[in-house]
Amino acid sequence: MNHLDQLENKSVFILREAFNRLDKIGMLWSLGKDSNVMIWLAKKAFFGHVPFPVIHVDTGKKFKEMYEFRDRYVKEWNLTLIRDTCPPLEDMDPSLPAAARSAARKTAGLKKVQDREQFSGLIAGIRRDEQATRAKERVFSPRGQEGQWDFRDQPPEFWDQYKTDYPPGTHIRIHPLLHWTELDIWQYTKRENIPTIGLYYSKNGKRYRSLGDEDITFPVDSQAATIDEIIAELQTTNISERAGRAMDHEAEDSFERLRADGYL
Amino acid sequence: MTQLSQSAVRDLLRIVIVGHVDHGKSTLVGRLLHDTNSLPQGKVEEIRAMSDRRGMPFEYAFLMDALQAERDQGITIDTSQIWFNTEKRNYVIIDAPGHKEFLKNMITGAAQSDAALLIIDAVEGVREQSRRHGYLLHLLGIRQVAVAINKMDLVGYSQQRFEEVAQEFRSYLNDLGVVPTFILPVSAREGENLTRRSAAMDWYTGPAVVEALDCFVSEPLSSDLPLRLPVQDVYKFDERRIIAGRIESGRVTVGDEILFSPSNKTARVKSLEVWPDTLASPSRALAGYSVGLTLDEQIFVERGDTISHVRNAPIETDVFRARLFWLGHDPLITGKSYKLKLNTSEVQVQVQKIESVIDTGDLSLSQPVSVERNQVAEVILRARRMLALDAFNDKPATGRFVLVDGYDIAGGGIISMEGYADQRQLITQRATNIVRVEQGISDEERARMNGHRGGVIWFTGLSGAGKSTLSVELERRLFEKGYSVYVLDGDNIRFGLNANLGFSPEDRSENIRRVGEVAALFARAGMIALTAFISPYRSDRDRARAAAPGCFHEVYVKADVQTCESRDPKGLYKKARSGEIKEFTGVSAPYEEPAAAELVLDTAKHSIEECMAQLITYIEANFSLRAMSRKAG
Repeated sequence: MNHLDQLENKSVFILREAFNRLDKIGMLWSLGKDSNVMIWLAKKAFFGHVPFPVIHVDTGKKFKEMYEFRDRYVKEWNLTLIRDTCPPLEDMDPSLPAAARSAARKTAGLKKVQDREQFSGLIAGIRRDEQATRAKERVFSPRGQEGQWDFRDQPPEFWDQYKTDYPPGTHIRIHPLLHWTELDIWQYTKRENIPTIGLYYSKNGKRYRSLGDEDITFPVDSQAATIDEIIAELQTTNISERAGRAMDHEAEDSFERLRADGYL
Repeated sequence: MTQLSQSAVRDLLRIVIVGHVDHGKSTLVGRLLHDTNSLPQGKVEEIRAMSDRRGMPFEYAFLMDALQAERDQGITIDTSQIWFNTEKRNYVIIDAPGHKEFLKNMITGAAQSDAALLIIDAVEGVREQSRRHGYLLHLLGIRQVAVAINKMDLVGYSQQRFEEVAQEFRSYLNDLGVVPTFILPVSAREGENLTRRSAAMDWYTGPAVVEALDCFVSEPLSSDLPLRLPVQDVYKFDERRIIAGRIESGRVTVGDEILFSPSNKTARVKSLEVWPDTLASPSRALAGYSVGLTLDEQIFVERGDTISHVRNAPIETDVFRARLFWLGHDPLITGKSYKLKLNTSEVQVQVQKIESVIDTGDLSLSQPVSVERNQVAEVILRARRMLALDAFNDKPATGRFVLVDGYDIAGGGIISMEGYADQRQLITQRATNIVRVEQGISDEERARMNGHRGGVIWFTGLSGAGKSTLSVELERRLFEKGYSVYVLDGDNIRFGLNANLGFSPEDRSENIRRVGEVAALFARAGMIALTAFISPYRSDRDRARAAAPGCFHEVYVKADVQTCESRDPKGLYKKARSGEIKEFTGVSAPYEEPAAAELVLDTAKHSIEECMAQLITYIEANFSLRAMSRKAG
C-alpha cells in the first residue's frame, strides 16, 4: 500500500464514519484544491454518489474562475449545492485587523447556514500542515452552539474512534484531510486526474498557492505552470502555503482568534 | 490508474515525542526542524521577533508551541504535528504534552505513531511522566522506542550521569518487558547528537537521534493475519447493496466464503466495488483498504458485524478482561455502565470488577473500587450482548476499544481473554436438519403424577462453600418427603459424561453447558435436579437458565475465600496456593457472583440446618402442587 493509498483509504474511512454516525451532514466546498479532493474522496467512499449537500459560503469576492468552476462541477459531479452569502464587513468585529475582519465574514456566513440548516456535522478540508493551530485539530472536532472551538479541552482521539456523541445544540466538524500535506494533495490530484482551477498555475512568474477572497489573497513567485512543476516546486520550497493569505500575518494570534471563533 | 514511481511518493514514518513536562520535548523538535532545514522561511525570525517584543529569551520550543496560550504558560497543551525529512524518508513528528493534566492529548498523539522518542532530563532524571509515558507506549502497542537523555550540556556531558539515568529507566522498561531500541545522550538546545554525532560526547559511540529514527520501520500492514473486516455501513444508493468497511487485518478475495460475527451468518463475496467505474474491479483487497463488497445472497448484515473467513473467526464472548487507561472527568466505577466502541460495534458494558489499579511509577498493584482520571487499571467488563473480538496480543486492531461516558470518550483499553472462554462453540448449533418432536406427555400431567413440578436447583459458589453438602442433604430430605429428586455432582459427571473435558476456560464452559442441558432434561422428565458446580462464569449460568426456561432456580452458596480455604474439604486450596493446581477459582481464576440469584445462602454466617430450612421452605413454595394450590386457594 503506497502513501497515497494510505491517505485515501483513511479519508474514505472518516467520511463513511461521519455519514453513518451523524444525523445530518454537509460538506464545505471552498472550490479550492483541497475541497475538490474531498469531493472526489466522497465519490470514492460512496461509489459515485455524494449523499449529502455541499455548501459554498460565498463572500461574493471570489475570483471569476472560481465561480465558473463551481457552476460547471455542480452539474458534472451531480452535487446538491447550498449556496449562502456572507453578512457585510460592517457587521464584523472592528477590533480585528483589516484582512482578518474581512475573513471573519466567512465565519459569519457559515454561522448563518448552520443556524438555518442545523447540521450535526460539517465536513471541512483543513490540513494539519497548513497552519500551526490546525496541526492541533482533531478529525472529529466538537463545536459549541456558536461554532466556537475549545482548543484547551479537546476530546481524546485514538485508534480511529472518534467523538460521535454530542449534546443537543452542538455540532461536529469533520476533517477528512487532516493528515494530508499540500504535496500529498497535488500528487493525488495528479494521480486521480481531479480538475483544478487555473489560478494555481503560474502566469507571468506568479501563481496562487491557496485561494481565498480576491482582495486578501495574493499570488506567490513561481514558474510552476503544470501540475508536475507544482509538485517539483513543493518538494523544495520552504515558503509557507498560506504566505499569500493576508489575514494570517497581521498579528501573531489573529488566525488563532479567527479559528477559536469558528473559522475553518 | 496511473502508477507513481517509487521516488515520487516517499515513505512516511510517524514519531511521537513524549516525556515528563519540561524535559525538553518541544525544544528537541524545534531544534531538529531547524537543523534539518525543515522550517518555513522566516519562521525563526518571526519567533525571535516575537520573543524580543515580549522580553523573553528565544526558545526553539516556541516554534512548536504556536498557540497563544502555550506561549503564555510555556507548556504544550495539545498534541501537534509537524513534518520533516531526512535523506532516507519523510517524518511526521507528533509532539505530545508531558503535563499530567493533558494525558488524553498525549495518548491522542501517541496512538497514531509508528515509533516513539521518549525524552528524559539528565539533571532531573526519571520522573513520574517518564515512567507513565513509557508504560502507556507499551500499552498502546508501540514497540519501537528510543530514549533520549536530554540536557546533557547541563551535566557537563558526563558519561557517568548518562549511564545512571539510562540504567534506571532501562530497568523500569525491562520490568514491563520492553527493551528500548536506543538510549542516547542529547543536548537539544545545543544541537548535540541530534543530526550528527556529538564532539562533546566522544565517549558515546551509538547513533545520533536522526540516525536512530532512520533505523525504525513503518508499521507493517497486517495482511498476513486472519481476515477482520468490521462492517461500517451498508449502502443502497442504486441497485447494488454494498457492504462497506475497512480491512483491519488479512485479505479478502472475490468468491471467498465469509462469516459475519456475532450474527454467525455466512455468504460468498460476489464482487469488490470501486469508483470510478472506469477502473477494473479488483479481485482481492488487503489490510488497510476501505472496501465495498457485494454478496451472492441477500442476508441481513449491519454495522458492527465483523467479517472473517469461516476458519480463524474472531472470539465471541460477552465478558472479557481489559487493561485500560482512564481519561474521564468522573472516575470509572464498579457496577456502572458505559458505552463500549470496538471497531464499528457499540454496546453497553458494565464494569463487573476492578481487579487492580496499576501504579505506573513502581508497577505496584492496589484494589480500589474506582479508577481515577489518568490511572491504568485491569478490569472485567460484561457486555449486554455477544461481541466479536480478539485478544490484543494476537490481533491488535480488533483487540482494543474505547469507553464512552455520557458524550465523551473517557478511556481506552486492550483485551485479554485470560481465564475467559471463547463462547462461539457453545452457542453455535452445528446440525442443521433437525426438528423438535412434541412430547406425548405434558408437563402438567407429569406434575400431577409426582405431586410437584420439575425444575433445576442450581447451586453455585466457591469450592468449599457448601454446595455438595447442601445438595446431598437436600436430596435426602426431599426424597423422604416424596419428591422425585436427583443430585448432579461436579466430580461424578466428570467421570462419565464429561470425561473428555479438562479445565481450560473453554472446557469449563462446555462442562457447565452439558450439565445445564442434562439438568433441563431431568426437569422436563418431572424431577427436581440439584446441581452442585462452582460454575464461576455468569454467562455459563445464564445459558443453563435458558436451557430450562421458567423452572431454573439459582442458589448462591455464599462464603468468602478465607472461610472456604479454612474448610478446604478436598485439600484443593492448598494445592492451588502451592501452584500444583493452576487456574483455581477464587485463587487464580475468577468467580463471578450472581447478580440476581433466586436464593442466597450465606454459609459463613448460617449453619447447615438454618440453610436447609430456607431451602425446604423455598422448594415447598415453588414446586409442591399442594403448597402451591393452598397458596392459590
